[in-house]
Amino acid sequence: MAYINGIGIISPQNTLPGSDFLEPVVEHTSEFMKSLEPVYKLYIDPMASRRLSRLIKMGISSAKMCMQDAGLEVPDAIITGTGLGSVEDTEKILGELTIEEKFLNPTPFIQSTYNTISSQIAINLKCHEYNSTYVHRCFSLESGLIDALLQIEEGSALNVLTGGIDEMTLNHLTIIRRLGLWKLEPVRNLDLWSSALPGALAGEGAAYFNISKERNEKTYARLEAVETLYKPASTGQTAEAVLRFVSEHGLRPEDVDLVMMGNNGYDEHDRICNEVMMQALPSASRMLYKHLCGEYHTVSGFALFVAATILRKQFIPSSLLTIPIPPGKLETILIHNHFRNTDHSFILVRR
Amino acid sequence: MGIRVVITGYGIVSSIGMNADEVLGSLLEEVSGIGEITRFDTIHKGKLPLAEVKRSNAELLELSGLKDKRKYSRTSLLGIAAASQAAGMAGIKPNQSLRTGLISANTVGGMDRTEDFYPLFLENQSRGRLSEVATHDCGESTERIAQFLDIRDFITTISTACSSSANAIMLGSEMIKAGLIDRVIAGGADAVTRFTLNGFNTLMILDKNGCRPFDEERAGLTIGEGAAFLVLESEELAIREGRKIAGFLSGYGNANDAYHQTASSPDGIGAGLAMAKALEMGGIVPARISYINVHGTGTQNNDLSEGIAVQRLFGGEVPPFSSTKSYTGHTLGAAGAIEAVISLLSIQHSCVFPNLGWATPMKELYIRPVTTLLRNTDVEHVLSNSFGFGGNNSSLVLSKYNSR
Repeated sequence: MAYINGIGIISPQNTLPGSDFLEPVVEHTSEFMKSLEPVYKLYIDPMASRRLSRLIKMGISSAKMCMQDAGLEVPDAIITGTGLGSVEDTEKILGELTIEEKFLNPTPFIQSTYNTISSQIAINLKCHEYNSTYVHRCFSLESGLIDALLQIEEGSALNVLTGGIDEMTLNHLTIIRRLGLWKLEPVRNLDLWSSALPGALAGEGAAYFNISKERNEKTYARLEAVETLYKPASTGQTAEAVLRFVSEHGLRPEDVDLVMMGNNGYDEHDRICNEVMMQALPSASRMLYKHLCGEYHTVSGFALFVAATILRKQFIPSSLLTIPIPPGKLETILIHNHFRNTDHSFILVRR
Repeated sequence: MGIRVVITGYGIVSSIGMNADEVLGSLLEEVSGIGEITRFDTIHKGKLPLAEVKRSNAELLELSGLKDKRKYSRTSLLGIAAASQAAGMAGIKPNQSLRTGLISANTVGGMDRTEDFYPLFLENQSRGRLSEVATHDCGESTERIAQFLDIRDFITTISTACSSSANAIMLGSEMIKAGLIDRVIAGGADAVTRFTLNGFNTLMILDKNGCRPFDEERAGLTIGEGAAFLVLESEELAIREGRKIAGFLSGYGNANDAYHQTASSPDGIGAGLAMAKALEMGGIVPARISYINVHGTGTQNNDLSEGIAVQRLFGGEVPPFSSTKSYTGHTLGAAGAIEAVISLLSIQHSCVFPNLGWATPMKELYIRPVTTLLRNTDVEHVLSNSFGFGGNNSSLVLSKYNSR
């Protein structure tokens, strides 16, 4: 257990510092939901910035936003989760290799290395402490949170900067569309749940969190626990895992006020999300949010930002589709996500 | 004292052997795995050496009794081979009541197959075999290994460049100490790819003569491939289950150089911090380290920075040290685990393996590596360094087991 004392987030919605909580809602009608990027010179020296690719800039900036939000200079550990790292740089090298193995540019190779984000953050914050990067699909951010909680609970860190980050590119979207699961044409994001076109909408984003041992005046919420579940045998087993997870942290099923659902618009995926929560937590309110940020490996970062902010503000923006609106005080939110019903994750956040 | 994490199994696949016995044989006979490129077509063939695993993908499939070649990247095949050896040694079987996890590490996932996919795809976006790109991400090979061994209780993947699998071992140990899991298979796997070879070549840090760590004339590293895994569990569990204990993990440290994306700091600040943290956790004074398996890539930058950090930490009493990358090449995401297994072999067989290819001392350093095999030497604690791009530095201390 630890506290979320700062957040920095770049997403397809209005989430940059100074914006109202998800207001106004941003509509997306293009191929994928692209992040609204900050003015990078506020966070990165323009000379250094010129050589950095988009993902790395998003990572450094959101990490710095998070530290500023928490009012801290240097964390005791930096941990990043990313499903694919810098896709743009990887594609550049693969493209160059297709032509000729000569005169390649070293910069994309360096930046395609998955740990570049965490290490660039370390360089920018002058942080010599623990530094790691998790790269396991939709366990990437979650593994980082588990590591952060371990370090805080074991006493090796007081405050950990940890986050998740992924980017989408048109080439990558073309490939994953061929693999199935995704909408083959652009659909307005706000029409995700009513669209007749099957599949998920692709998104991207970067979200960093200051996870601290102590509660303070900056605290958003309590990060109670994070758990991953690999390859459950059935929906029933997944539902059992939810109940066990909740009860291990001293809660009854009815204590969970709200579940942030993993639904993304792909029917088979959504059916699993619905069945699991129907069985495990039938009385909790449910929230759909992926029409705001799209689907990507580290999408739980957007969800955790939403959950923590709701718990602090005790307010749910109408763009977050919530049924029913919880009547009383919001105390406990569960975030569920999964990747092809193989990798399930649960994040428990409390006031 | 807290929970002691012991090692009850290990497995290794590298250019110098397909299992621990073969690797030990090569280390003792001073046979390096560095040689000509044979695995793929490249303009660097005959010009740059590699340390390839001497088995084709078809042979690796057969070795593990696998059929469907479209499902497996070379990284997965190497990983499955090494992880099965480790699981076999520790007696891990499916459906035991113990909670078993798999923490793997790599740097390029199934890039070997993405490289096959991409040219066709770039020509025409509806072309290229999808099975070749479905293995692209780093987590994919971890899931293949987990499926092969039927591991379900926890899985994740780490990528911190050349220190990746050292960090996998660290996380495994932390989770056992915290009681989150009973046993962990932790390590890493990486296959050589054109992507990696060309990437490192753009940085002009590949030695065309093969790496010569800590030599004055060193001209870079040699990329290798391989996989290695350790089985970690608490000492109490290992004793209760009557397992043979190969050694224990007495300390580890992770620190960041925070200096430059690809270069190590001239004073080796991150390297020094990682080593010091590892010794501190183990409660081991520097004088008690019997052997340092250094990171020693053979680049100008690493060996100088690491050497300075070692001199600073150990002062006038630097223990015998060597870089076994002169045998295995630099196996990147697998290096931390491969060198952890080599460190265990050093402890178990009471010897220190020489640093091959060394001729001339570095003029900036007063230390020099072990260049002849040391036999019948008591190896109590080994410090194993894994330092990566991005300043990701990790050190492990592996120790001889004796019940307390």
